[in-house]
Amino acid sequence: MSLTIKDLAIARGGIPVLRGLSFSLAAGEALILRGPNGIGKTTLLRTIAGLQPPLAGEISADRELIAYAAHADGIKATLSVEENLRFWAAIYGTGDITPALEGFDLTKLTDRPAGGLSAGQKRRLGLARLMVTGRPIWVLDEPTVSLDVASVALFAQAVQRHLAGGGMALIATHIDLGLDAQVLDVTPFKARAPLRGEDDFDEAFL
Amino acid sequence: MIALLIRDLKLALRAGGGFGLGLAFFLIVTVLVPFAVGPETGLLARIAPGILWLGALLACLLSLDRIFALDWEDGTLDLMATAPLPMEAIVTLKALAHWLTTGLPLVLAAPLFGLLMSLPGEGYLWLVLSLAIGTPALSVLGTFGAALTVGLKRGGLLLSLLVLPLYVPTLIFGAEVARRGAQGLAVEAPLLLLAGITCGSIALLPFASAAVLRVNLR
Repeated sequence: MSLTIKDLAIARGGIPVLRGLSFSLAAGEALILRGPNGIGKTTLLRTIAGLQPPLAGEISADRELIAYAAHADGIKATLSVEENLRFWAAIYGTGDITPALEGFDLTKLTDRPAGGLSAGQKRRLGLARLMVTGRPIWVLDEPTVSLDVASVALFAQAVQRHLAGGGMALIATHIDLGLDAQVLDVTPFKARAPLRGEDDFDEAFL
Repeated sequence: MIALLIRDLKLALRAGGGFGLGLAFFLIVTVLVPFAVGPETGLLARIAPGILWLGALLACLLSLDRIFALDWEDGTLDLMATAPLPMEAIVTLKALAHWLTTGLPLVLAAPLFGLLMSLPGEGYLWLVLSLAIGTPALSVLGTFGAALTVGLKRGGLLLSLLVLPLYVPTLIFGAEVARRGAQGLAVEAPLLLLAGITCGSIALLPFASAAVLRVNLR
C-alpha cells in the first residue's frame, strides 16, 4: 500500500495553481507540505481526497483509503462530543471511540455539547475523528490551528502511533511537529498563468 | 446510513433545529385565512382543499435551505463526501429526514387544520391521503434545489425560484385530489398522477442531486 502522485496538475476555480507535482509515500511515512499562503496546498489536499478532479496526472491511492481533515471540523454544536464522534464511527463502520477520546484528551468532555467547547477543544474533536475512520492515509490541512503546545504534542503522538501502525500522513502545516518526516515545499511547482486561448481547461466551468 | 438519518432527526429536534417551523407556518396560514376571507362557511369549505395544500407546500419550502446549508457551513458536507457513503445515499437520507421532520407532521396535523377551514366531512381522508402521497415529492424536489444552491450565501431566494416551478404539478394534482374528494367526486386519475410524480421524483432526482452536489463541492 502506498500513495503515489505522478505529474499532478491542479486548478482552483478554473485557474491552474500547481503543475508537475510528483511524490510518493510508503506505509509508515509522513510528508509535510510547505509553501506560502495561496500557493494551492488546500486545493492539492482536496484533489488527493477526491473532492475535485485533477487537471492532469495520476493519484494512485484509492479514495476509500483516505481520511481527510479540512479547515472546518464538521462538528455539530448541539450534539455532545461523544455523539459527534459516534456519528463518524458509525458512518465509517468502526465501533470503538475510546482510543480516539483518550488520544486527544477528550474523555472528561464526552457529555459536553460541542458548541460549548473552546476553539482548541473543537479542533481536538475534529482530529479525533481521524482515529475513528480506521483509514490508513491521513490527509490533513493545517491540523494544528488553534491548538496549544500540549495539544500539538498530543497530535504529534497520534500521528506517530498512526505511522507506527503502518499508516501514512500527508500534512500541510507551517509549524514544526517534531515528526521524522520528509518535507516538500510546493513553491517550485507553481503553475504559470496560462496565455489567453492557449488552454481549454476552463471549458468545463462554462 | 441509519446513523446519518438519526443524526439529522436529532439535530432537527434539538435547539435551533427548526423542527416546528413548517408546522407553525401551516397553522398560521389556516388560522389567518378564515379571518381574511370572512365568516362564510360555504366559501371556506370550497377553497379549503386548495388553501390547505398551498399552506403545506409553502411550509415545506420554508425549511428547504436548511437541508444542506448547515452541513456546508461547518464543513460536514466535505467530510461526508469523502466518507464511504455514496453521495446518492446521502441526498436520499437527507430528503427522507426532511420529510420526516416537515412533511409527515404536516400530514398528521392536516385533519386538525381542515377543521379550522371547515373542510367537508368527506374531504378529510382524501386530504390526508393526497398530502401523504404528495409531500415526499416536495421533499425530494426541494433536496435537489438545495443541492443546486448549496454554498451560495443566503441562497434562499434563488432556491425558492428554482423549486417553485417544479412544485406546480404536485400542487395541481394534490389539491385536485383533495378538492374532488371533498366534493364526493372520483379521485383516481389525479391520485394516480400524483403518485406517479412522487415515484418518478424519488427514483430519478437523487442521482441529479448527487451530481450537482459533487460539482458544487469542487
